[in-house]
This record gives sequence, structure tokens and C-alpha cells, in this order.
Amino acid sequence: MVPLSYYLVLGGILFACGVTGFLIKRNIITIFMSIELMLNGVNLSFVAFAAHWHAVGGELRGLVPLSGQVFVFFVMVVAAAEAAVGLAIIIAVYRTRETLNVDQVNLLKL
Amino acid sequence: MISVHLILFLTFGTVAAAGAINLLAQTHPINSALSLIAVMAALAGEYLLLGAEFVAAVQVIVYAGAIMVLFVFVIMLLNAGVEEHTKGSRVAVLFGIPGMLIGSVLLAWVMLRHSGTEAVPAGALPGAPKMIGPLLFHEFLLPFEITSILILVAIMGAVVLASKPPTAPAPPREGN
Repeated sequence: MVPLSYYLVLGGILFACGVTGFLIKRNIITIFMSIELMLNGVNLSFVAFAAHWHAVGGELRGLVPLSGQVFVFFVMVVAAAEAAVGLAIIIAVYRTRETLNVDQVNLLKL
Repeated sequence: MISVHLILFLTFGTVAAAGAINLLAQTHPINSALSLIAVMAALAGEYLLLGAEFVAAVQVIVYAGAIMVLFVFVIMLLNAGVEEHTKGSRVAVLFGIPGMLIGSVLLAWVMLRHSGTEAVPAGALPGAPKMIGPLLFHEFLLPFEITSILILVAIMGAVVLASKPPTAPAPPREGN
């Protein structure tokens, strides 16, 4: 039996690693991967809360406990859309700038 | 008493955390991508422990399969090399690292103290597609349809952004 807080702490660790990577990394592809890491940490808390409320929910039994899992699917859809558009933007930036270093991409104009 | 559930949780959690830290430590994007795949596989194990087997399967198929393949594909397409490091500001080092440590310790303390000591039983969730499907197609039908529109827009945006821009007429060359 694992307490709910362990799952939350693990999700927090993943989210914190994602934030750190987003801030300290200089390669634009790695920055996108850090965002995916953050979304994964959030997904873990969604599923952990779903299991928690299913176990202790009482009157919440039925719809509410399982909807945590459904939100994971929506997060995955958003992540997929973000990855597709983001990687297309990376390709467009690379085509004009010839670099992947975010320090050298300092103009919004393509 | 240490249960099998706790041992499995700690194993998958250690793999996930180590992969996340390795993502930060690596300088080549392809190494970061591989460690992110390890994180996602370990998270799929955690979902299985919780009983959410459909979420675990989708995690492996969509995240580790589709999205990460897209990442690796772009890394190879752009021939991304080792990132060059630029020095961060001194203020960030002086205040950022202690601030992050204090914040994470506080957050972990609050979570461990106040989020209840009720254990989550192993395999508690009814996570079969049979349970998820009616929820997705009845109660969450509107968000589901909206995500399909989102995907359509994302596909069109990706095609527009990544397609070659119309070539402008070449500027007249001086000399010869």
C-alpha cells in the first residue's frame, strides 16, 4: 500500500525537473522535451487522484473518480497537438536561423 | 512492513526520477530524448500499478511511440548537435537554486503531511477500456469533439509551418 502523497511527490519531482530543464536548457528541442516531462508529471497526479477518490470516495462513486483518467487522454491530445505544431515551428526557425540555440533566436520575425 | 506494491512503486519511481534528471544532465538532444522515453515507460508502469491499464497502454503507444518518434525524427532531420552552454546570470545561481530547494522541500512536506495517509491500493482503479469508453463518449462527449477540432487545426498548422515557403524571386546578382 502506497500513500497518495508518494505519487504526488513523484509527480512534483517530474514537474520540477521539467521546469528546470525549460529554464536552463539552451537547445530548443530539449526545451520542448522538458514541457512533455511537465505534462507527464501532471498526468501521474491525475491518475493517482483518480485511484485515491475511487478508493475513499464514498458518495463520489461512479462518474467522478474515473474522470481523472479521461482527463489524462485530453492532456495527451493537447501534448500531441503541441508537439506537432511546436516541432513544425522549430523546423521553420531552423530554416531561417540555421541554429537551434534559443539565445540566438532573439527576434520574433521569421 | 514493505509490500510488493511499495517496492514496485519505488523501482518505477526511481527509474522515472533518474531519467528526468538524466534529461537535464545530457547535452545531446538524442540522449535527452532516450531518457524521456525511459521516464514514460516507467510512468506506464506506475499507471499499471494503480490499475489504469488503458492509460498505461495509451501512454506507451501515443507518448513513447508517436510523440517521441516525432521528436527523434526532428532531431535527426535538423542534425541537432551538442548544445553550447551559455553562462546563466549570477542572481539565478545565488537565489534560484536555494529558492528551488526550499520550495520543493516545502511542497513535499505539505504533500506528505496534509494530503492524507490513506493508502492507494494496488490496482484500485477500474481502468479497462470498457469503463473508460462510456465516460469518454457520453459524459465528456463535447470536450472529445472539441479535441478532434484541435487536432485538425494542429495538423493544418504543422503543414503550413513546416512546408517550404514560396520561393521569392532571386535578387539580381551584381557583377557578371
